[in-house]
Amino acid sequence: MDSHDELKLLTRRHFFQQSGLGIGSAALASLLNDSLFAETAGLHHPAKAKSVIFLFMAGAPSQLDLFDYKPKLNQFDGQPISEDIVKGERFAFIKGTPRLLGTPHSFRKFGQSGAELSNLVPHLSTIVDDVTFIKSMNTTQFNHAPAQIFMNTGHQIPGRPSMGSWLSYGIGTENKDLPAFVVLLSGKSQPDGGKSCWSSGFLPSVHQGVEFRRQGDPVLFLSNPEGVSAESRRRSLDLIGDLNRAHEADTGDPEIATRISSYELAYRMQSSVPELADITKEPAQIHEMYGTEPGKSSFANNCLLARRLVERGVRFVQLYHRGWDTHGSSGNEDIVNKLGSLCRETDRASAALVQDLKQRGLLDQTIVVWGGEFGRTPMNEARSGSKFLGRDHHPRAFTMWMAGGGFKPGVTYGTTDELGYNVATDPVSVYDLHATILNQMGIDHTRLTYRFQGRDFRLTDVHGEVVKRIV
Amino acid sequence: MTRIVAAVGLALGLAQFAAAVDFDKDVQPVLARSCFSCHSATLASAGLQLDNRGSALRVITPGNSADSRLIQRVEAADSSKRMPLGGRPLEPAQIAILRKWIDEGALWPEGGPKKHWAYVKPVRPALPPGDSINPIDRFVLARLEEEGLKPSPEASKETLIRRVTLDLTGLPPTLPEIDAFLADQRPDAYEHVVDRLLASPHFGERWARPWLDLARYADTNGYEKDERRSIWKYRDWVINALNKDMPYDEFTVEQIAGDMLPNATIDQKIATGFNRNTMFNEEGGVDRDEEFWLDLVDRVGTTSTVWLGTTLGCAQCHNHKFDPFSQKEFYQFMAFFNNGEKTAVDYGDTSQKWVEPKLDLPTAEQQTARKKLQDEIKAVEQKIKTADLDREQAEWERSIRNAASAWKTLTPQTLSAKSGTVLTAQKDGSILASGANPADEALTFEAEPGATITALRLEALPDPSLPRGGPGRDIYGNCYISDIEIEGAHVKQAISDNGSVKLREKGEQLWSVDASRDDERLPRQLVLIPEKSLDGAIRIIIREKSEFGGQGIGRFRLTYTTTADPKAIVGVSAKLRPVLLKDRRTPDERKDLADFYRNRAGSLHADRDQLKDLRKQLDNLGIASTLVLQESASYSRPSTPIRLRGQFLSKGDAVYAAVPAALNPLPESELPNRLGLARWIASKDNPLTARVEVNRIWEQYFGRGIVETSEDFGTQGERPTHPELLDWLAVEFMDKGWSMKAIDRLIVTSAAYKQDSRVTPELLEKDPYNRLLARGPRFRMEAEMIRDAALAASGLLSPKVGGPSVFPPQPDGVWDLPYNDDSWKESQGEDKYRRALYTFLRRTAPYPSMLTFDGTSRESCTVRRIRTDTPLQALTALNDPAFFAAAQALAKRVAVEGNDQARVVYAFRLCTGRKPKPVELDRLLASLERERTYFSQHQSEAAKVASDANLAGWTMLSNALLNLDETITKE
Repeated sequence: MDSHDELKLLTRRHFFQQSGLGIGSAALASLLNDSLFAETAGLHHPAKAKSVIFLFMAGAPSQLDLFDYKPKLNQFDGQPISEDIVKGERFAFIKGTPRLLGTPHSFRKFGQSGAELSNLVPHLSTIVDDVTFIKSMNTTQFNHAPAQIFMNTGHQIPGRPSMGSWLSYGIGTENKDLPAFVVLLSGKSQPDGGKSCWSSGFLPSVHQGVEFRRQGDPVLFLSNPEGVSAESRRRSLDLIGDLNRAHEADTGDPEIATRISSYELAYRMQSSVPELADITKEPAQIHEMYGTEPGKSSFANNCLLARRLVERGVRFVQLYHRGWDTHGSSGNEDIVNKLGSLCRETDRASAALVQDLKQRGLLDQTIVVWGGEFGRTPMNEARSGSKFLGRDHHPRAFTMWMAGGGFKPGVTYGTTDELGYNVATDPVSVYDLHATILNQMGIDHTRLTYRFQGRDFRLTDVHGEVVKRIV
Repeated sequence: MTRIVAAVGLALGLAQFAAAVDFDKDVQPVLARSCFSCHSATLASAGLQLDNRGSALRVITPGNSADSRLIQRVEAADSSKRMPLGGRPLEPAQIAILRKWIDEGALWPEGGPKKHWAYVKPVRPALPPGDSINPIDRFVLARLEEEGLKPSPEASKETLIRRVTLDLTGLPPTLPEIDAFLADQRPDAYEHVVDRLLASPHFGERWARPWLDLARYADTNGYEKDERRSIWKYRDWVINALNKDMPYDEFTVEQIAGDMLPNATIDQKIATGFNRNTMFNEEGGVDRDEEFWLDLVDRVGTTSTVWLGTTLGCAQCHNHKFDPFSQKEFYQFMAFFNNGEKTAVDYGDTSQKWVEPKLDLPTAEQQTARKKLQDEIKAVEQKIKTADLDREQAEWERSIRNAASAWKTLTPQTLSAKSGTVLTAQKDGSILASGANPADEALTFEAEPGATITALRLEALPDPSLPRGGPGRDIYGNCYISDIEIEGAHVKQAISDNGSVKLREKGEQLWSVDASRDDERLPRQLVLIPEKSLDGAIRIIIREKSEFGGQGIGRFRLTYTTTADPKAIVGVSAKLRPVLLKDRRTPDERKDLADFYRNRAGSLHADRDQLKDLRKQLDNLGIASTLVLQESASYSRPSTPIRLRGQFLSKGDAVYAAVPAALNPLPESELPNRLGLARWIASKDNPLTARVEVNRIWEQYFGRGIVETSEDFGTQGERPTHPELLDWLAVEFMDKGWSMKAIDRLIVTSAAYKQDSRVTPELLEKDPYNRLLARGPRFRMEAEMIRDAALAASGLLSPKVGGPSVFPPQPDGVWDLPYNDDSWKESQGEDKYRRALYTFLRRTAPYPSMLTFDGTSRESCTVRRIRTDTPLQALTALNDPAFFAAAQALAKRVAVEGNDQARVVYAFRLCTGRKPKPVELDRLLASLERERTYFSQHQSEAAKVASDANLAGWTMLSNALLNLDETITKE
């Protein structure tokens, strides 16, 4: 262990002490012994995966037009749905008795696994044999902000730590020059849930997701002020370090050593982050594969960045692409035009990411997760008589997919009923998803806890079962 | 070992275990923490109640721990047998306590376990013996003695004045203040400083910060849209109340129920903003009742956490597992908040929300001005509404009817499509598109009309061969035209009869026809007016490049005119055109047409302008408003339904407002309403209120509370390190009329507080977190203080107290919100440099540097911020333009003082409050020299940092000084 490692341990041990809050014994062990995670020892059991890349499709993609083909829905297109089904249901926008809406897109089976996909995701259809589809996802929330916060933190009200923060807290990072949890945004704006989606909640803020920005510095305040060269900065850090060390000798406070180490880490980030964010040196065939254009802010660029981040040992990378809220209340948010355009923005790069990780031998140790905060209704929303085709929010059933990290490839898990309204078999809750992802990371979700306000909190609260049949 | 903190607590307490184990102090907490959730009277799993001696003896053999099943089960190696089942195993130290207790005979106090200490009203304990004048020191010294420790000497005067000034005002002391204190030889010089600081208007600003974290105060609603709200008057109320040392009981009552006080003043109403700081989700699809209910849940949780240090929120779904609060009591507590005024307000997106009251706060002048403007507006509106326009309208209708005859069909000589669309000329001069429907198309059209053309018109026409009847070709019958070029001409104006026209912006659509909401398909028109008239042959290119593709125009016609008024033809909307052309109209149609005309009538033009201007004036009055609670005028006892399992949709029986039975009863004199609740909380009989607040005050000074878990005084919280001291302070607080400043004064004048914070390795080992107070506090300052101190050192800080929130420089792109184009408009003048607590706080995107230094998003109540140390903090303090501006200003500020050495000393003192030691001074001077030399050799870099190389050198030095650990630490 070099002196930096020692400092870091000191730092981490110290801030946990500083925090004055309890931590789980296993998490503590991780602090005291980083080498535990050098390979795949895991926190509670051997880990299958080291990193997660969560492609969060904020706004909620329509599972019925991409993944979950329902011939009956097409057959009954335009018919009012049975009153029995929707009686007492709360919808975000649908009023009265809505009409069923068949998909305007065509479906076909792909690969050896025979996964059925729509024509909107041609690239995904080339990698279906590496993918695990869960068609029986369900959530408790039917509005965007609470549902996104729930999907990330296991609770619909802001204030709890997100999955990335729990992982950072539980198993730390493998690259001391980069944050453990990085967030990349593309699409219309930040997600509806705001920065709470990657908040560390009641965990120390060192675990919060660090947003790589679309404009200016990739990390806020990474660059020196104008006119301050790296050389000048080095000299000022030496000055700060010397004076801090002298003061440490005087006061005896180990917190000062921690501070010195943070400043040195900041300095290293000033070169490691720009190097990481620079995708221009990637070979042409990689750009072709992802559809990346250096210098542009796009989902494709973020996918490539995500690969570069996990290659460098970042624990949790989360991409947000907002815009999937296809209600059909205007021509710019329908399931025909807009959904197609969103797929063009995301399909190729999502598939390329999986393929690229695979060809580098990284897919086995990286979990790629694709999905949004809920699904969309089998009925046409027709808000205020709109004639654009669109679907309302639907928490009862939706599809997500995973690849790598020990998830069984080429498997489709769970089914919905013939209209796609309810889960028919093998329901998977958000808690189950969290439990399963943590499981693959070597963590028992019931044992990664943090004491706050008198009780032990965990990502899965008091719920969650590992979905054993897909791992 | 599970928890470091617990382990340390044990290490410190081990001395006591040489003596007999004390059930209440040692055993009960272990049982409560690990066993009671299943094995107590509530659940009695397997019939076992460990809170009942008779039952417990089933698993305990007094005098023989090895033979006791309790011990066997908690020590079981097999996790399927080990208690607590599925829970965290007991720590060896905890098991040791249980063993010792059993071996000593398992003594059980008479009448069962005592009530948890925090639920018993504090009584003033006797002072431990000693010479200290300050009672705090008696308690602290007694404990140190017990542990065989000695207190540290008093800190230097320089350290002391900086520490106490930061603590009481959140700002570093000025150099004259330091010098005056150093020169003051009176024995009570320090007390004079304390009195001056307690009277400072900045005292309230500093102490408002932690309170605003508790109150979850912010400037926006939170969640998706995260719109602005105006509630800064509440923030100012807190500052003022703290400044005037409002007694804590009044401070409490006014915030919880100020509106219900007899003849409530405006200020008392403003105070109720405390519980209006709840978030408000304006998303379209929310269930208004559930949204409001979530506010109530938050009010229960926040109120009980802030005043009672109690996690009542744990009882939302089920009876509290550890503390004596039932689920029913949670909802009884909620009922207190369920009797306020609220109005159902329509949102444009078909939803309704419950909106609670807003208090308008105009000044007298504003009120007069508002009345005047409102009257004027009403008068003009009335005029616009009633002016007789019949003749004028008839004239207008005629002109539009006639306009059609001024247009002639432009017959194409050639017609071509770049990407394969098939264009077929129709008999009526229109053109029908068919065949390919590509994403990127350009239709070229050549003609020679032989006239001097003033304008061209493109008509989009319906046709039965098109999807849904057209006029476009996408599945809805819509089309998107990205650009129309008239070769060699510049189009100066483009007007359509269906809105949305964008003129020649790169990549933007020029004209879209959205026919999808039409029941009957209508022709639409777009008129293009070139800068100069067109003669001779013309060539027109219609480009169709849309985001989605396949959205070409289906049937269209090009026409031209030579008239001087080509706009007349689009003087009526596509929808009303057929109405206008009709001779017989229904009453509805007549009204629609008349309304349409009234909005554009030439004779009312000036009035419309005036109306716009008046409304703007009204907006510009800038009348403040704030969010308040307003109790409904009803005589029924507030109630609310229980929600089973804490689920909004599972409604149970209604319960009436009542206070939890485990605590003091509601006084007979009080009604069971929100005011009654407030007075019950603020009562001297409440065992928690005073303890919780003095503990929080203590925490601010020493970095940790006497009860470390300041948010939880329940059985799961940490036990106090100095229980008698806590009770003594709580009673003193109440006896001194709930004066917060009296407690502040008592603490900062204690020897415990004034100790030097240096620590030896031995002491660090023995007491790493300074729980025993054998030394003074030393820890990193909070986010706001770091920024304020940098601005103060540089001389930039504005001393202005209160007012609307401000917008200091913030990097672009931080606000990137869905459905909200609100932008950060940087404040000007001194508002750029106000104290951090005035910075506008947007919940979904808070000010970045505050978050980096552990500030919160204020989405929910935060009792304790957890201090961290990260490289992002270093990057912020080094590079954030706001911090660098402070370095630049500091450099300029010191440049006026004497020689280099004097200047370095000056700058160092501004940052750290002390003079540098010779070795530090040498290092700084050498560094300064090197920077100056460097910048004189790199003039272009220097020019970006400051006006010359010398000042650039000073700037770098200042930047480093502002980043010293000592500068951002209170020590």
